[in-house]
Amino acid sequence: MYDIRPPSVDWSMVTPVVLVFLTGLAGLLIEMFRPKQNNNSIVLTSLGGLAASFFVLYGQLSAEAGETLAGMVLRDRFGILLQMALVGVCFISILFSEGYLREKRIPFGEFYPLAIWSTMGGMLMVASNSLLMIFIGLEVLSISLYVLAGLSRAEQKSEESALKYLLLGSFASAFLLYGIAFVYGASGSVHLSGVVKAWATNHANTQHMLLFGMGMMLVGFGFKSALAPFHQWTPDVYQGAPTNVTGFMAAGSKIAAIGALFRVLSESVELSQAWLPALFWVAILTMVVGNFAALVQKDVKRILGYSSISNAGYILAAILAHVKAPDKIGANTIVFYLFSYAVMTLGVFAVISMNAKDGREGTRLSDLNGLWKRSPLAGGVLIVCLASLIGIPLTGGFFGKFMIFQDLLTADMTPLAIVLAVTSVVSVYYYLGIAHAAWVAEEGATPAESAPMNAGLQVACVTCLVGVFVMGIFGQPVLNMIGGIVR
Amino acid sequence: MNLPVTGEQLTFMALAGIAALMAVGVVVLNNPVRSAMCLVVNFFFLAFIYFTLNAQLLGISQILVYTGAIMVLFLFVVMLLNLGGKQIFKERRDFKPILGMVVGVSLFGMISSQLILPMLKVDQIRADNAYGAPQSIGKTLFTNYVWPFEIASVLLLVGIVGSILLAKRRV
Repeated sequence: MYDIRPPSVDWSMVTPVVLVFLTGLAGLLIEMFRPKQNNNSIVLTSLGGLAASFFVLYGQLSAEAGETLAGMVLRDRFGILLQMALVGVCFISILFSEGYLREKRIPFGEFYPLAIWSTMGGMLMVASNSLLMIFIGLEVLSISLYVLAGLSRAEQKSEESALKYLLLGSFASAFLLYGIAFVYGASGSVHLSGVVKAWATNHANTQHMLLFGMGMMLVGFGFKSALAPFHQWTPDVYQGAPTNVTGFMAAGSKIAAIGALFRVLSESVELSQAWLPALFWVAILTMVVGNFAALVQKDVKRILGYSSISNAGYILAAILAHVKAPDKIGANTIVFYLFSYAVMTLGVFAVISMNAKDGREGTRLSDLNGLWKRSPLAGGVLIVCLASLIGIPLTGGFFGKFMIFQDLLTADMTPLAIVLAVTSVVSVYYYLGIAHAAWVAEEGATPAESAPMNAGLQVACVTCLVGVFVMGIFGQPVLNMIGGIVR
Repeated sequence: MNLPVTGEQLTFMALAGIAALMAVGVVVLNNPVRSAMCLVVNFFFLAFIYFTLNAQLLGISQILVYTGAIMVLFLFVVMLLNLGGKQIFKERRDFKPILGMVVGVSLFGMISSQLILPMLKVDQIRADNAYGAPQSIGKTLFTNYVWPFEIASVLLLVGIVGSILLAKRRV
């Protein structure tokens, strides 16, 4: 009876996640002994740990795919690439967070461990075929983000943002868990391979349960990746949360949620095809709502919130192309677009975080006026990242959108392709609005203040700039590195 | 001695009767603290029923989670809010009690229509020995599910750090 045999463990597969976790723990320990108000040692430790994890992941890029720990951990190229993206996003966010939090007068040392553990949650989500792990990873990711969104407690906006995110996020988690419970009830397995088997055996009773459970799970993922009609929280939360947290949320949380959504949809592709018509309309609605609602916004962070919704719509379209024609279209478009989206959106947020000074921060469009005079580098990075978000050639955003367009045509989903093209044209207006505020509009009577760029912010900006251009100009070599992830 | 009921049935009746009585008390009593205490007793007796069914782990978790954590939290909230006596729980006369009654009765009907017939045939109130036993659950938890188990501890750590971060006043 007490014959306990632990599952076989391939430690190399969990090394990156464990490294990231230990980095957070080290940061938390240092926080106790550091000198007051000085987070440099925590920042350096965090950056070092993340870089180490990144290189371990890079070393495993061509490693054999496989599962370990009784199917709870999966290693394949898709997972490793998204894990690398997540670690990179956390690295860049931490680079520009130190100065921002100091200027905003909220230099909590706990920010770094929480951001790192949040990344760890995302890494667990994208590298598992077990619904249980996806759920626990999602909770680790989200609970850290709820706290981070409310970091600036003196501001009512930040508190509102955290509370809204907590309530709606828990609601979404409940939907996801409800769906997982149904899928488990119908298939007797939390592993996606078991779900596929149950679907294939064709028992009419359990098929309805599976369909219903899948629908509930899609609602949960829809909340997390900000797809319309589950997007309402996005602009408010993005506006209220501290800017560095918003940047991390926009890039990291999206990569994780989309990665898990893709895994669920693509692993049980026959089951997901039943949901294809609904998802088709969700994609259209998301692209339209995100882009049109952004037109009337006056706050940069709100605009970027809507931009994040519309980008979720583009990526969902790419996923649907894969679900419709899994034999012809692989995951490389999605991975490429997530990479380029992370780089360009982090670049914009890094620039905007400059506006914080002496505990105050202006995020209206008019607060950006004269930005190029205050810092030409920031102005340049802003305009390149915006160009990429619009999708102007030579940038990563253009190449990504072009590939999604191509995939949609290959998968015979022309309506989605048309909506993608039209809404992209609409998006030019509000992205140009941001660029106009930073470069053309004259400063008002009281010029906005901003702190000088520190080294961390400069490095973060330049990294994003280089990333956008590398993905735009050397798109093909990057794609080759991503490799053929065809199912 | 030739009683019409067996000892097991007698035990069950006693436990279930008290549990049901306490559940009625939760709704009927006007003082919120008394209602909450009734719920605590109800949870305890539910746990005892689980023990008689050989589901020890379920019983222990029932006491730990519901009585230990959730009810104490309830009581804290009730006491901190300091509701002003009896008038708070006086219901207004509107459609809500009727609606609640309709929903409650239909839920009861739905569940009992599925449960009563199969339950009538049951004469032995005892689960299989290995079913839900602490040993088998522990074994599963520390073999196949050891990774999620460990990650759940990270989740708790995040929760602790986060709540302290949000509660502390100065940097």
